[in-house]
Amino acid sequence: MSLLHLAIVSPLVLAALIPTLYRTFPKIHTGWFLLPLPILLFSYFLQFISQTSQGNTITRNLQWIPSLGIDFTVKIDGLGLLFALLITGIGSLVVLYSIYYLSKEKEKLNLFYVYLLLFMGAMLGVVLSDNLILLYSFWELTSFSSFLLIGYWHHRERSRYGAQKSMLITVFGGLAMLGGILLLYMMTGTFSISETIAVAGELPGSQLFIPALLCFLLGAFTKSAQFPFHIWLPDAMEAPTPVSAYLHSATMVKAGIYLVARLTPIFAQSGIWLWLVAGIGIITLFWGSFSAVRQSDLKGILAYSTISQLGMIMSLLGIGAVALHFDGVNDGIYTVAVTAAVFHLINHATFKGSLFMAVGIIDHETGTRDIRRLGGLMTLMPITFTISLIGTLSMAGLPPFNGFLSKEMFFTGMLNAKEAGIFSLDVWGILFPVIAWTGSVFTFVYCMILLFRTFTGGFKPEKLDKEPHEAPLGMLVPPIILASLVIVFGLFPKLLANTLISPAMAAILPSLVEDGKQFNVHISHWHGFKPELFMTIGVVLVGILLYKTQESWSGIYRLFPEKFSFNKLYDHSLELLQRVSRKFTRMYMNGFIRTYLVYIFSFFIFILGVALVYSQAVKFDTADLAEVRFYEVILVAIIALSSVSILFAKSRLTSIILLGAVGYTVALFFVIFRAPDLALTQLVIETVSVSLFLLCFYHLPKLRKSEGRVGFKLFNLLIAAGVGAIVTVISLSAHSSKKFESISNYYIENTYKKAGGENMVNVILVDFRGFDTLFEICVLGIAALGIYGMIKLRLAKGKTE
Amino acid sequence: MMKTNDIILQTVTKVTLFVIILFSIYLFFTGHYHPGGGFIGGLMSSGAIVLLLLAYDIKTVTAILPVDYKKMIGAGLLFSAGTGTGALIAGKPFLTHAYTYVSLPLLGKTSLHTAVLFDTGVFLVVIGVTMTIIQTIGESE
Repeated sequence: MSLLHLAIVSPLVLAALIPTLYRTFPKIHTGWFLLPLPILLFSYFLQFISQTSQGNTITRNLQWIPSLGIDFTVKIDGLGLLFALLITGIGSLVVLYSIYYLSKEKEKLNLFYVYLLLFMGAMLGVVLSDNLILLYSFWELTSFSSFLLIGYWHHRERSRYGAQKSMLITVFGGLAMLGGILLLYMMTGTFSISETIAVAGELPGSQLFIPALLCFLLGAFTKSAQFPFHIWLPDAMEAPTPVSAYLHSATMVKAGIYLVARLTPIFAQSGIWLWLVAGIGIITLFWGSFSAVRQSDLKGILAYSTISQLGMIMSLLGIGAVALHFDGVNDGIYTVAVTAAVFHLINHATFKGSLFMAVGIIDHETGTRDIRRLGGLMTLMPITFTISLIGTLSMAGLPPFNGFLSKEMFFTGMLNAKEAGIFSLDVWGILFPVIAWTGSVFTFVYCMILLFRTFTGGFKPEKLDKEPHEAPLGMLVPPIILASLVIVFGLFPKLLANTLISPAMAAILPSLVEDGKQFNVHISHWHGFKPELFMTIGVVLVGILLYKTQESWSGIYRLFPEKFSFNKLYDHSLELLQRVSRKFTRMYMNGFIRTYLVYIFSFFIFILGVALVYSQAVKFDTADLAEVRFYEVILVAIIALSSVSILFAKSRLTSIILLGAVGYTVALFFVIFRAPDLALTQLVIETVSVSLFLLCFYHLPKLRKSEGRVGFKLFNLLIAAGVGAIVTVISLSAHSSKKFESISNYYIENTYKKAGGENMVNVILVDFRGFDTLFEICVLGIAALGIYGMIKLRLAKGKTE
Repeated sequence: MMKTNDIILQTVTKVTLFVIILFSIYLFFTGHYHPGGGFIGGLMSSGAIVLLLLAYDIKTVTAILPVDYKKMIGAGLLFSAGTGTGALIAGKPFLTHAYTYVSLPLLGKTSLHTAVLFDTGVFLVVIGVTMTIIQTIGESE
């Protein structure tokens, strides 16, 4: 276990301590205990920049399940490091912000910070693991913690709805991804990402290649809210704003982008990959920005804007994949798309993070996020206004902010797409710049709406619940830091070029960079009078025009009827699923344990019978048998007699006693076969279960003799006889056929030598098969708690009724 | 439960209870060398408590033994899982046991084995599970 492993696991460890800290220091806001950790981790990860910027990677290995090739392997390269810095950096700011956002009197802070830490650890795990199964485990943990955080205010119906929706969609994608991982494993025989990339050249020939690709993309698209899976993100805005800023704009939704970037070296050789990633990305970009304009909730606008920006990064990664098909990259004509993707990833985290925090401040200080009720806040909240101004202008792609730089590069990337001349890009490639430009116009429009509807115009105090005023300093510091970064990165993009961007590109396009060399990242404000510049000017002009005339064209949103939207599709299919499964379950779950026993035993007979016949295992060999002794005959007679008598017993008490007699006689069998451990266990178990039966006895209804029809009982007889016959045949065959050497010799030899014990049964239980015992007692514990829950719940219900 | 005269059962229980519990502890410790072990020991102990339940009623027994058996399950699981994790800290695979022999006054040569700790977990879980089930069902009347 290295320091790197500890760094990833540390949030999870701290999460375990949070409830205690919360209870021990109720006067201190729990967030203060958290804050040092992400800051510490951020500075820890910062020191790796010197390594990755020289093209080095750091790998640390810890064995987990080596026999299955599953290891806790972590690897720091440019891409992983970039994400780790985002997670810890934005994480620190969000924690600081949340301390002032969530009041320690009203909120259950212990839960909130446990979930947040779970997420932080899981996310670090996703971006730093080099093992696909490890990545998958952390991936699902991010979905779960996101679910818990969206549903944090679980008394709200919308929160629960949003949490469930995000969970269903992202976990569905996660499962698809697991399928992709297994398909990939079938092709390569390894779960290691580095090793898979090393053999990537041989993969496209396999017929599993395309299914694996599609599975992975499903995982990435659902997580990153790509069209048509974007519907969960707007509903996820029910989460507290710090969570929206952190999970649903800066980090978790970018996990899908991370996955696409990480797998680009493996899958990008395929045209399907290119078209899907770039195509879905660009559709998402357009649809997100188009839908954002119609929103009236500030967080709703930001949610659709996030969808659109994620689509933009996605499409850039898709176009960037073209670069892998050409050897000469020195001109950087195709790699520029990847540069733009990485650059915009950073920029988006800064401006969107600051915007979310600003919206959180507005919500916190005015009590509403509805732009129809807001207005004229500029003079009341000057600092928040400045932050929002910087954020929206950067998002709209105006100079001198960082959003302008990446937007220009985005246009360059899209314009280059049609020149590639492969995968029909020469025919359809022209669509990319066109849709990109249209999407950008709408982006500009919603940025204007966000800024001007909130801060300018008439102030409407009568529509607000609170007297608005500027937020406390602690809430302002995090967005101010982010907004300053927007300006700093905008004025000095070289700060990022060789430290973060080019190492990340080297990880996305490893085959294009020679050892010890770097991508030449060139970012500038002024390119000369090129198409990109005219596109930007066009965006601004048309954008202003559309913003001014919004009322006259907003009718087009009514062209799409609500009932055909993806949201309605989701709601209806969920309802249908519940209805059908309820019907189906009711068909066979009738509440009678005897019916269930019929199912269980029929299946038992069927599966064992088929297995016996299929493997031709039925055998009867009397060669190696001991003599039948007198006592055994007597015991068998007793067992048979008591079992038959149970059938004729008139009362339950008699049945219970007779059943006990059978059990005790079996114990005696163990005694004469010299198995004292079994005999003892059987005796005590029998005693305990008979007394348990006697306890339950009072709750059971009187035994009724005339139950069901005769035909039904005949079926029961068949099943009973079948079970008896199958078990007899299996025991006889098991004795008669020795397919392989018995393991008992191993135990006889090693019980004393290796485990220092003399009672073999017990040594097997606690040592050789200790894992089994551990799980058995877990199952026992779960069963007991289940019984407890079921009975106590029923009692509580009875009381309320 | 029943309004019968069970003075004989109660008197016998008072005496035998301790014998059974002592025997179950003996079974627990002897497990590694002779028939016995955490599972049987735990069952035997719960058997003793069940006997107490039969002789008296559930309220009296909870007054005598005010134990939250659900917590006992948790404690037991912690014991067993903790023993396994201990091996990890020592750099061995999960659930590797260690043992040694020491000479103690009076007892002579005695073995110390981490399996006992693991078995303690099993012992506690078995008592906890049995008693949780019986108590819950018994209380629900």
